[in-house]
Amino acid sequence: MSPRLVPVESDSTGRRDRPLRITVDGEPADGVEGQTVAGVLLVSGRLAWREGPSGAGRGVFCGIGVCFDCLVTVNGDRDVRACRRRAVDGDVVHTQSRARTGLCPGTPGTQAASRAEAQAGPQTGEGE
Amino acid sequence: MTPRHVGVVGAGPAGLAAAHAALAAGARVTLIDAAEQPGGQYHRMLPEAYAAERPGRLQHGWQEFERRRRQVLTHRRCSWLPETSVWALERHEGNPEPAAPGGPADPTGRPPRVHLLCGGPADGSGRGRRTLDVDALVLATGAHDRVLPFPGWQLPGVFTAGAAQALAKGERVAVGERAVVAGSGPFLLPVAASLLEAGSTVLEVLEANTAGTVARGWGSRPWELAAQLGKTPELADCTAAMARHRVPYRLGCTVVEARGEGRVEEVVTARLRPDWSVVGGSERTVPVDALCISHGFSPQLELPVAAGCALHGDRGRPGLGSGTGTGTGEFVLVDDEQRTSVPGVFAAGEVTGIAGEPAARAEGAVAGWSAAGGDRSARALRVLRRSRDQGRAFARRLARAHPIGAGWPGWLRADTVVCRCEETDFGALCAAFGSEAEASPRVAKLGTRAGLGPCQARICGPTVLELRDRLGARPDAGPIPGRRDGPGGGNRARGEDRAGDGPREQSAEGLPAATPHRRPIAQPLRLGELAASPEPWGTAPSGTAPDATPGTPEIATPDITVPDATTPGTAERTDPTDPSEESTS
Repeated sequence: MSPRLVPVESDSTGRRDRPLRITVDGEPADGVEGQTVAGVLLVSGRLAWREGPSGAGRGVFCGIGVCFDCLVTVNGDRDVRACRRRAVDGDVVHTQSRARTGLCPGTPGTQAASRAEAQAGPQTGEGE
Repeated sequence: MTPRHVGVVGAGPAGLAAAHAALAAGARVTLIDAAEQPGGQYHRMLPEAYAAERPGRLQHGWQEFERRRRQVLTHRRCSWLPETSVWALERHEGNPEPAAPGGPADPTGRPPRVHLLCGGPADGSGRGRRTLDVDALVLATGAHDRVLPFPGWQLPGVFTAGAAQALAKGERVAVGERAVVAGSGPFLLPVAASLLEAGSTVLEVLEANTAGTVARGWGSRPWELAAQLGKTPELADCTAAMARHRVPYRLGCTVVEARGEGRVEEVVTARLRPDWSVVGGSERTVPVDALCISHGFSPQLELPVAAGCALHGDRGRPGLGSGTGTGTGEFVLVDDEQRTSVPGVFAAGEVTGIAGEPAARAEGAVAGWSAAGGDRSARALRVLRRSRDQGRAFARRLARAHPIGAGWPGWLRADTVVCRCEETDFGALCAAFGSEAEASPRVAKLGTRAGLGPCQARICGPTVLELRDRLGARPDAGPIPGRRDGPGGGNRARGEDRAGDGPREQSAEGLPAATPHRRPIAQPLRLGELAASPEPWGTAPSGTAPDATPGTPEIATPDITVPDATTPGTAERTDPTDPSEESTS
């Protein structure tokens, strides 16, 4: 089973959901307004979305912005902690990898790309 | 007279109480938090977008929190900076970099300059850089779960207990249908209750300490517990929920392994001896889709360390019985008025010791009042100090009842990941710490990369230090009992020649001490943001800046309230005739 939202009709807090949709590597993912990006990823059936150095999957671990396991790229900004970032309808999310695959610098999702982007400074990779 | 300006970092129970008390003492307050709303982890609020009719439903002490929150945020002398990260603290000229925690004080006697990133979504680009200079600084940055490594803990579906709680309380996400909650400490109970409330099945709650350890810790001097009665209704609610759902609470048991293809599918539980070594043959396999773990808490010390605050405790080496600490790691050293060793810098809440929410509130109020220069003889202050001291007594008992046993590394195998970021395994650390050339923390760090990944050792730092002490150098650390499947030679007790060679205070080669909490850049920021020149806070604030709301009408100046711990159910007010409550306006 995957993580899921408490059904709104049985939620003791009496919340009212307004749906939102983001894309994750081009695929739509549905959540509700107010959720974090991590929350939307979890309730849309994704438990892991980032790759560690060995290529093994990672998702939420600490949930409060400490472990950096859940990093994603949001609207072109790399290394966003999904558990701390509020999702906005239409957000374009890309997954990231630290896998040591030997890809060239500049290939999306590699450490080398991350560094190259960081070194390029404010001209690239900042916002959309 | 210009009121003193108090900066408060962290708006959880301690920080909010500090802001409240500092306002009551007449100060101007700037309250800073990374989240959109105050409350911290304890009073994690539902997002406003949920438009919840009963937002307090999942909270304990909601009404008092809500009242305090409103009073602070709408106060004329309070600037509230949500979604703002403190990424650095900069000591003033003359002593820009402390040589070591507790090193010589800044000669100016002023608290460090606060470097902020404000006005934008978390980790977004293009946030504004600001600097903030205050007369006094209160650090209330809180703590996060400490999770010890075990085989499979890096699998998706293994969450910290805090993550499960935050997702359930903060956005109504249940992390799984069939969950096991394991680790140590009373925090496991509210986490289990949160999961049950969200509709998950909690198969069992496993406390690693044995009934004997827990009873000895809590059982002696029970009157100290009475002082923390503010906590009791909460725990009573949790145990009632567990009883209703027939959730077993097993003492002396834990999860020693998580297994699955690409995600957790089952866990292996085992009975533990008092030192947390595994009782052979007691292993059971339990199918789960979520595992929630917490072995205690790690205080978030990067800002206190950046300010140069002295620490106390046993350097994250629990269970060694050295007699110097509480058995739960390092914390900020504070005096009776919550002053740290650095002039003008105060600390409150879990950064000074894990004592729970009532104690954090009392500490915060004392810190805020003192930071604002409030009357030291105020009656309310005496009450708060008493409450704070009761909270500290509670913390000592908590540490005694739920220590981390020395035998936990026996759960590890050579290929068990210890540093999650770099996937450094136990075998690599054994090899590094067993070799004379690599036994210094700095060399081992570079050789194994443990602690060098994105989290910057926040998760594995204390664990790696402890393993280094146990595997390599410290004669008092002793070998690891009951290792299951470790590489040969790893647990030799060597190092007669290295007695007294502590793990962090070596300032070799003129480099700063290798404390795991030293992170000069305390929160991530982008190079573009770093390159932008900062503006002092308060000058030409951007449209989103809270300073741009000068028209907010002032409501009654907040009074100091006594935490529930001493007056359950009521918020006792200080003497309203106390002139110290509002000497400036």
